[in-house]
Order: sequence, then C-alpha cells, then structure tokens
Amino acid sequence: MSASSTAALPSALSSGVVFTGTPERDALREAAAAFTRREVAPHLDAWEDAGALPRELHRAAAKAGLIGVGFAEEVGGDGGTLVDSLTVTEGIFDGGGSGGLIASLFTHGIALPHIAAAGHTPAGADLVDRFVRPTLAGELIGSLAITEPDGGSDVASIRTTAVRDGDHYVVNGAKTFITSGTRADFVTTAVRTGGSFEPGKGHGGVSLLVVEAGTPGFTVDRKLEKLGWHCSDTAQLSYVDVRVPVANLVGEEGSGFVQIAQQFVVERLGLAVQGYAAAARALALAATYASERQTFGKPLATRQVIRHKLVEMRRQVEVARTYTHAVAARHDAGEQVIAEACLAKETAVKTAEHVCHEAVQIFGGAGYMRGSEVERHYRDVRLLGIGGGANEVLADLSARLLGYAG
Amino acid sequence: MNIVVCVKHVPDATADRKFESDNTVDREGVDGLLSELDEYAVEQALQLREKRSDEEISVTALTVGPAKAADAVRKALQMGADKGVHVSDDAIAGSDYLGTSLVLAKAIEKIGSEQKVDLVVFGMASTDASGGVVPAMVAERLGLPQVTLASVIESQGDQVRIKRDGDTATEVIGATLPIVLSVTDQSGEARYPSFKGIMAAKKKPVESYSLSDLGVEASEVGAEAAYSAVEEATARPPRTAGEIVTDEDGSGATALAEFLASKKFI
Repeated sequence: MSASSTAALPSALSSGVVFTGTPERDALREAAAAFTRREVAPHLDAWEDAGALPRELHRAAAKAGLIGVGFAEEVGGDGGTLVDSLTVTEGIFDGGGSGGLIASLFTHGIALPHIAAAGHTPAGADLVDRFVRPTLAGELIGSLAITEPDGGSDVASIRTTAVRDGDHYVVNGAKTFITSGTRADFVTTAVRTGGSFEPGKGHGGVSLLVVEAGTPGFTVDRKLEKLGWHCSDTAQLSYVDVRVPVANLVGEEGSGFVQIAQQFVVERLGLAVQGYAAAARALALAATYASERQTFGKPLATRQVIRHKLVEMRRQVEVARTYTHAVAARHDAGEQVIAEACLAKETAVKTAEHVCHEAVQIFGGAGYMRGSEVERHYRDVRLLGIGGGANEVLADLSARLLGYAG
Repeated sequence: MNIVVCVKHVPDATADRKFESDNTVDREGVDGLLSELDEYAVEQALQLREKRSDEEISVTALTVGPAKAADAVRKALQMGADKGVHVSDDAIAGSDYLGTSLVLAKAIEKIGSEQKVDLVVFGMASTDASGGVVPAMVAERLGLPQVTLASVIESQGDQVRIKRDGDTATEVIGATLPIVLSVTDQSGEARYPSFKGIMAAKKKPVESYSLSDLGVEASEVGAEAAYSAVEEATARPPRTAGEIVTDEDGSGATALAEFLASKKFI
C-alpha cells in the first residue's frame, strides 16, 4: 500500500504562527500549500539552478485555480479580493515555495492589472481577450517593464519613447530588471508619448503599451544574474524602432503614470506578504532545527539565547502579518491606503531581513550552505526592500502623505 | 447517474497521532483531513462526471464520523462534489470495519431511496487504519458487484471497465452498473480545490443523518458490537543506526543482496 504522504517539513503552522482567516481562506491557503508541496518543492532547487521556471508550471497553477485569484471573472479570473490573493502567497510559502517562485509564477500580478482595469472599452476588451484571459489560463506569460537603465523608482522620468506613426507607435529605448522578461510573450511597457523626462515635467506623458515578443526590433538584450530569486528570470530588454499597433495602448494615452501608481498599493502589499511569509517559513525551519539539533548534550532550543531569538522572530512575524492584513482589508474596502501600504512593506521587509538572518544564524554552518532552505530565503528577501519602491523612496513618499515633510 | 463517494476524515499523518485510553484512535486531539487515498476516489467520480457531461450526473460525498469529519465532506465539495451526507452519532464511536460498513450501506440505501445509486466509489484504504476491506463489505451488504483496486476506469452507458494492477498480473475487469468501485493512488492525481470551488462549496447542501434516521440500532455498532478491538498499542521504536555494508573486495553486492533477501525484500 503506497499512500503518498506529504513530506513532514515544518510549516508556519507548526511553528505556531497561525495563518487563519475565514474557513474558505484557510482552505485556499491549504490548496496553495498542497500544490506547492507536490508540484513545486521537489523541483525548486533544479529551477533555481536553471534560472527559470518551466512553462508547464504556469499551466498547472492555472489548472489548480491559483493564477486567477484576485482577478474578476469578467476578465477570465476566479474572482476574490486582494486578501484572497495574499492568502495564496501565504500558502505557497507554507508549502516550501520561495520569493523567486512567487515573482516569476505570479508576474501576471503586475503585468495584467492595468489591462484588466482598462477592459471596459471595446479596444480594452480586445486586449483583455488577447492577453489577460490566456495569461490567467496559464497559456501566456506577461511582464511589466517600467525600470530603465537610467532610473528605477522615478516613473515620471522614463526615457523610452513611443512616437505615433499612423496606426502604430514606434518605440525606442531600453528596460532593465524585468521579471520573467526572458520568457515573456508580451510586455506591458511604460513609454513616453509626451511631456519630458526632466524632473517635474514627466507625469502626464507616460503611457502603457503592450509589446509582443517577436515584434521586429524588440529583443532580450541580456539575461541578468542576481543575488537571489534565482528561479525567476530577469531581463534587460531593448526596443529599436519597434512598431506597436495603437490598438495595444492600455487605457488613454498619457494615463500611464496614474495607472502605474494605482497598482503600486497592490504590488507593495504583495511584497509585504512575501516578507512576513518568508519569515514565517524561516522561523518554522529554525524552530524545528533548534529543537532537534543537540549541542553540548542538549537541544539548541534549551539555550535561552536561542529561544529568546525565536520569540523575537515570532513577534515580528505576527506584527507584520497582522498589520499587512489590516491594510489589505482596508484596500479591499475601497480606502486609500498608499501610505499605510508603504508602512506595511517597510515592517515586513525589516521582519524578513531580521528573521531570515537569525534563521541562518541558528542553523549555523548548515544554514550557510547552498541548498539549505533558509539560505535561499536569506538571499531572496534582500530584494524586498529594493523592488516595488525602495525603502528610502517609500519613506519619503510616506513623509509627504502623512504630513511630516515640513 | 447518481454517484456516492465514501470519504473518511483521518488524523493528519504528519502530525503526532495518539490513541484514546480505550485504544481507539484519538480523533479530536489531532488535526484531521480528508484521507489522501479518498481524494483519488473523489477525483475519479468528478472525472466521470466531466467525461459524461451530456448526462445528468450527481456526485454525493458521504462520510461517517464525529463532528470534525464534516471537514472531509467539505473538502470533497470544494473539489467539486455536488452535495454531502454526514452520518454522525455518538454510538458509532469505536466501530470496527463491520460496524462502519453497516452504517455506510444503510446511508447509501437512504440516499438511493430518493434517487437510485448507480455507482459507489471508495479509495483503496484509509490512511489511518489501512484495512482496505470496507468497500468489499459495503458491496456485500448492498448486494452489488465489487470492482476493487482500479488504476484505470473507463465507462460507457452502464458498462464499466477497469484495470487492476496486481503484483504478478494486470487484470482488466468489466462490470455492469450498479457497482461498488475502489480506486488506487495510481488512478490519477487528485485536483486541488480552486478558489471558485471553495467559494461554491459554501452553498452546497450537506445532510446530517443519525443512526435512527438510517434504522440502525445503537447496539449494532460501536465498540461493544465490534468483533475486533485493539488490546495494546506500542509506540514505534526510535530509528536505529542500521547496517552498513562495506565493500572492500567486491563482495558488497552479494552482501547487500543477502541482507535484502534475509528481510524478504527480494
């Protein structure tokens, strides 16, 4: 009798961190964790080495109903709120997933929202049919390209241009640090259709264009190597006289900055979840190790210096999760939570960095070894304070929004 | 077509499982879940419904167990079953295979009194007791053919054909509905409950039956009526160091083969 049993790896639950919500969210989290234990965890090291996820995983995740959560049924999604999609992320970490996996398997979370939101016009509906539905079905992979070699968080200063020529835009420029960019079938690209990239003049001239792979002049310049997120491919993209149909414009011309800004709350809260969920997983691994690993004749966890570390790790995870959920619930309720999303991300980033650092410390030499899960989380979480708005940029944004800017 | 899938709520195999003072399984103190082997049964029932989408096919998940066992039915509903039936009665606690099969058979008869049951599907065994005999017992009680341990299931009209992989031979068995079917863990990976499925399950009906609803006397089931009982249980001994075969002169393979043969592995 060969009952296949799930590997008895620790989960956040086993460390006492209780990821609970409604019974339905608990079921969703468990489904995501079960998917990850079976379809991801056994292969993740190989995908880290390969530097990319296989396409079949996107189809499998879509079939399992994970890709469409958080997208409306009208655009091919499964419905659900931001809290529901954050619950999927929690489950994936609990099942042994990683930040790189989330970034790459769920790139559609940043590539599609603008297209889905602009789907109410006939032209927008056509883009939904061409890009949103097939991506949510796991058939296409999309990327979002904003950052350029000359600037990152400063969206208003982008230099990639799109000049109207009849029924086309002619795009010229370069984008870098583009997640899933080497595999993408289409790239939602921020381009300048007007205004100027000089400080203070750029907001109105930014537009979003969907550029399809294979369009002449559009190429992957380089696959970029990174500190962490190894299973997530990252590209530098080049646009040389790329002719893109005007029909691929997302929303109104010149509305790109607003569209991008509107999605930042979701992206930042998503990164906050990655922070505390990675931390919860690292805590679970470290707590299990500390109770099993004997030093000087006793388990590590009997040492006060170790168990107090575990308590502090737990405290930070609990606080980061509770606050992030509270902000996400307010976002779902329609409140404006731009500043709060920044605070949640900062809290979760600090939690992730502290907890993963301490987890590696508790594992000692074993935690420094490639292939140990805490080592991967330690490298992966370093990105969280940089991507989706660097800590410093968000702190300054918060200062202005909260009235502390003098 | 009316399909009933029998599902069991079992203690999580990855948790620290315990017995009660009367040597029955502690079902309250540990986290439970739908027996993994029963997920394959739910999957096969759902696949049959999908393959024969031009027919009206209803899939009912049936469980017997305490209040928490409702979670097993809920999971089946989240995967896609249409409705659930939960038989719960304090008198059932401690039932052996015979008692359990009696309750299941009576519940299936009751479900069938509203609409004839064409197919009863089981997993190959539960992941806690691992008996694997309940499907045969239920078939006997219902007077239906038993087609067990299927790894491949095909159906057309009222004809069902299965493949059963044995240790020495593979059999292909044909049967005419209604039957009792059990499926193995080779029959195809079970689906994950999707977000849509999870939300839809909230609205699906679950009926609760007590023993009196089924016309079963309390004295026919439970620990008192059981033909078998656990007298004693001992925790698994801790892992030992094992035996290391050192190959210095090329005799390692022989020594390894002898060791495996002595343990009857080969």
